Amino acid sequence: MSELLKCTGLTKKYGDVVALDNINLTLESGKIIGLLGPNGSGKTTLIKLINGLLTPDSGELTINGNHPGVETKKEVAYLPDNIYLNKWMTVKQIVNFFSDFYDDFRPELAYEMLEKLGIAPTHKLKTLSKGNKEKVCLILTMSRGAKLYVLDEPIAGVDPAARDYVISTIINNYNPDATVLISTHLISDIEQVLDEAIFIQNGQLTLHKTVESIREENGKSVDELFREVFRW
Amino acid sequence: MEWYLDKSKPISPQICEQVCMRIALGEFVPGERLLSVRETAVAAGVNPNTVQHAYEKLAEAGIVYSQPGSGWYVSEDITQAKNTLKKLREEKTEAYFTAMNALGSSPEETKKYVEEWKI
Repeated sequence: MSELLKCTGLTKKYGDVVALDNINLTLESGKIIGLLGPNGSGKTTLIKLINGLLTPDSGELTINGNHPGVETKKEVAYLPDNIYLNKWMTVKQIVNFFSDFYDDFRPELAYEMLEKLGIAPTHKLKTLSKGNKEKVCLILTMSRGAKLYVLDEPIAGVDPAARDYVISTIINNYNPDATVLISTHLISDIEQVLDEAIFIQNGQLTLHKTVESIREENGKSVDELFREVFRW
Repeated sequence: MEWYLDKSKPISPQICEQVCMRIALGEFVPGERLLSVRETAVAAGVNPNTVQHAYEKLAEAGIVYSQPGSGWYVSEDITQAKNTLKKLREEKTEAYFTAMNALGSSPEETKKYVEEWKI
């Protein structure tokens, strides 16, 4: 149960808009954690800070003691909320590309998952449906042997059956030394696989608890609690 | 196997209860190997740590035991599992009587409903 990610007084502003306001957060390894909040609450900003795509205005963020950079990118597998791969490439070319790029990439695992989903490696990305493209992206991310997996809205664009597949992919590849951070607003679909839930609202951290204790203390599912906390 | 989980209650005790139920009903026999933590997590669509926690609780109660490197097995003594099933059945019965009471049916009347119920 070592300390994997630590944020202290983390603040990010876009002009006058405070996207993240003094976030203090520690995540341990070996957990599946939901980053939950309404649209525009700061989920993606936090994720981009973790991946070094943004830099904080004040405060600090470390992964295994390092600030986001070359070292942390070796340990963090990131699934962005949009498809960023070259659409003219075949699935196989993309797998090779990832193998070249990441030392911890496990191509055999990627092919195994692709086969299970019936996605032919010879297909070009542009011939796949939106849902299948998203599944390819998730497979590529989960095929890395990372310490921290950061998944930004992995289930928003896929049908309910594929959601179950996404969830079982996350459980199946779950490694007790790694942590998976999943951002979503589709809480009821994902809450059963979570260890912990983080609620974020207007850039502020409003709750960080184990989901079992949420169920115990409130007699509510995480989804029910979320609807109550974030009622308009 | 099917899992029936209520997301508004802690998941781990529900997994314990359902494993107990299956042992008590003879679906899992003493000495039989349970599905691994991961297999169970995938089958039930729940967090592996939750399943691990449930198996550890069952082991503490002597209902299952673990063989390091091999897995989790059903204990020879299934008294505890049977007691758990009995308790669950009693709770369901009580809940039924309470619900009927809320509909204005006295315990005696409710018993009559049960006796006359066509199965």
